[in-house]
Amino acid sequence: MSHTAQTTLTIHHEAGLHARPAARFVKLAGTFPCTITLRNLNKDAKAVNAKSMVSVLTQGVNQGTRIELVATGEQAAEAIAALTKLIESNFE
Amino acid sequence: MSSPTIQGLAAAPGIAVGPLWIHRPEGVVIERGPARDPAEEWRRVRRSIERSRAQLVELGGLALARVGPVEAAIFEAHQMFLDDEEFINAIRTGIDGKSLTAEAAIEDAVTVYADMLLALDDEYFRARAADLRDVGLRLIRNASGGEAVTHTLSQPSIIVADDLSPSDTIQFDRQFVLGLCTARGGPTSHVAILSRGMGVPAIVSARFDPDALAEGTLAVLDGEAGTLTLEPDQEEINAAQQRRGQWLSARALAQSVAHEPAVTTDGVRAEIVANIGNQRDALSAIDNGAEGVGLFRTEFLFMDRDDLPTEEEQVASYAEIARLMAGRPLVARMLDIGGDKPVPYLGIEHEDNPFLGWRAIRMLDGREDIYLTQFRALLRACAPTPDFRPDLRIMLPMVSTMLEIERGRALFDRARQQLRDEGLPQAEHVQFGIMVEVPSAALLAHHFARHVDFFSIGTNDLTQYTLAVDRGNARVVSLASPFSPAVLRLIAMTIDAAHAHGKWCGLCGELGGDVMATPLLLGMGLDEFSMSPSAIPAVKARVRALSQADCRAIAAHALSLATNREVTDYLGGL
Repeated sequence: MSHTAQTTLTIHHEAGLHARPAARFVKLAGTFPCTITLRNLNKDAKAVNAKSMVSVLTQGVNQGTRIELVATGEQAAEAIAALTKLIESNFE
Repeated sequence: MSSPTIQGLAAAPGIAVGPLWIHRPEGVVIERGPARDPAEEWRRVRRSIERSRAQLVELGGLALARVGPVEAAIFEAHQMFLDDEEFINAIRTGIDGKSLTAEAAIEDAVTVYADMLLALDDEYFRARAADLRDVGLRLIRNASGGEAVTHTLSQPSIIVADDLSPSDTIQFDRQFVLGLCTARGGPTSHVAILSRGMGVPAIVSARFDPDALAEGTLAVLDGEAGTLTLEPDQEEINAAQQRRGQWLSARALAQSVAHEPAVTTDGVRAEIVANIGNQRDALSAIDNGAEGVGLFRTEFLFMDRDDLPTEEEQVASYAEIARLMAGRPLVARMLDIGGDKPVPYLGIEHEDNPFLGWRAIRMLDGREDIYLTQFRALLRACAPTPDFRPDLRIMLPMVSTMLEIERGRALFDRARQQLRDEGLPQAEHVQFGIMVEVPSAALLAHHFARHVDFFSIGTNDLTQYTLAVDRGNARVVSLASPFSPAVLRLIAMTIDAAHAHGKWCGLCGELGGDVMATPLLLGMGLDEFSMSPSAIPAVKARVRALSQADCRAIAAHALSLATNREVTDYLGGL
């Protein structure tokens, strides 16, 4: 059964989705079977593959940026929950 | 006549004198195709990826051994590009869709993403384009079966290059690297990060053409001014050698004494502690020689979420900080939040004047439950363990009346009693204090002092409330100086009131980390200076150069002045 989950979040980490936070985010996204996309809501940007480091970097996500995450497919809800937790814990 | 000088941006401090060594990366000529057998091109890409991965693992190990974990992470990030779905797909599309060779497909994929990164506003993301190129070059070289470049530095040199990739930078034999100078790159590029980590002076974005320079030319590199001086005369060489000696000894000294206490020349010890907001700050505080925490902002747990953090969540988070501080003083500030911050679940309505509204300790009126839970969580998180006994101190933010102290204290006592009744372990000997950041609290400090164990002066808000200036308003912000004699008098009153009742007084605003204010505050008798972790070494060094006797006279004079300007001119001229 295929389904979709989504959420909107603000990045509070002072480094935004740079270096280590970006790496942790992409690695975690890569552990789920569903497709996951990320979109920078502060820009008029297209959604990109959240499992791709280069794609996430090209979104230019800084501290204070609002992002939208959409997961489609197997474990969509789990993926969104896990990524939300990572961001809300400020990547600790 | 002065020698020709190349101007760049300072990237890593220090001075170097030595011959230039010019790094010229070999160009790679790429055959674009059309390729006869796309399957074979794809196999070459796969082999190149695996060979590149092995090399990056090795370079990461080298960086870890030569510099440190932060720098080694650069090569881990490079490895992530090798597994990147979109990047690898783009290479594959070039081969399958356009009949490109492996090398051309890699080059095109790198260009697409590098250009996107270069189009971003933020210097950080633009610098990642260089990372991607570094990985791309490695992939291309490995696909062509080329050998990895080895550097042949044979004597201590200043390395100049159009650009240096992290792989280049880390492979230089460190004993031969006196300094680095690149025509490209910004202050957050990897060259800058690696050179700071290696303690090597560096300048970036320098305006020069590497091909116009001669190998072996003697030069002086100044990592503070951001200059490279070519063919210096004997006088310039002597001056630079002297400054290099001073830099090396100052660096050795600062590192050796960062963790020593700050004691004045007449034997008065100032307690130097840190302002922190999370675990990362706590680590940085310890690294910089903090003797404890003078302000732990607890707001981070309450932001960016849809409901209140539970007591258990709070306990877990505070306990992490307490463990890191391992028995050093930890001053936790109760939740300081109000209508200027988006915390929808607290039911804060829109306010015309959030800084004068229902915020901080004023939430006791209506949301007592939040503070009761937070008191319980802090007390539980700092229960003594077999390893150490946390030194927890709790303070209330934005106190303006005695009633707030009484109500806060009553709630604190209730939390203690509840935990006792429930048989839960809790912190022992907890000091109870208040922030002094509203003028009424400073004016009534002699009354308040009887009811608390300590004061901590919040100079940012005290300045804003005393001078009626919104620090966020650019048109009036220049009025908001904590060096205003009006603010200084309130600070002095607060310290005197604490001491008159045998209590201690700290300060945790930006003024605490300002070395210009150090003699003034020492002279007023301030007991504890709390500041951002990075300011600690400099403030400690300043304290060690002062005597409290002199500082008392300095403070008395500063308090007699009439304007901010007179105060800052006087302190700046000391």
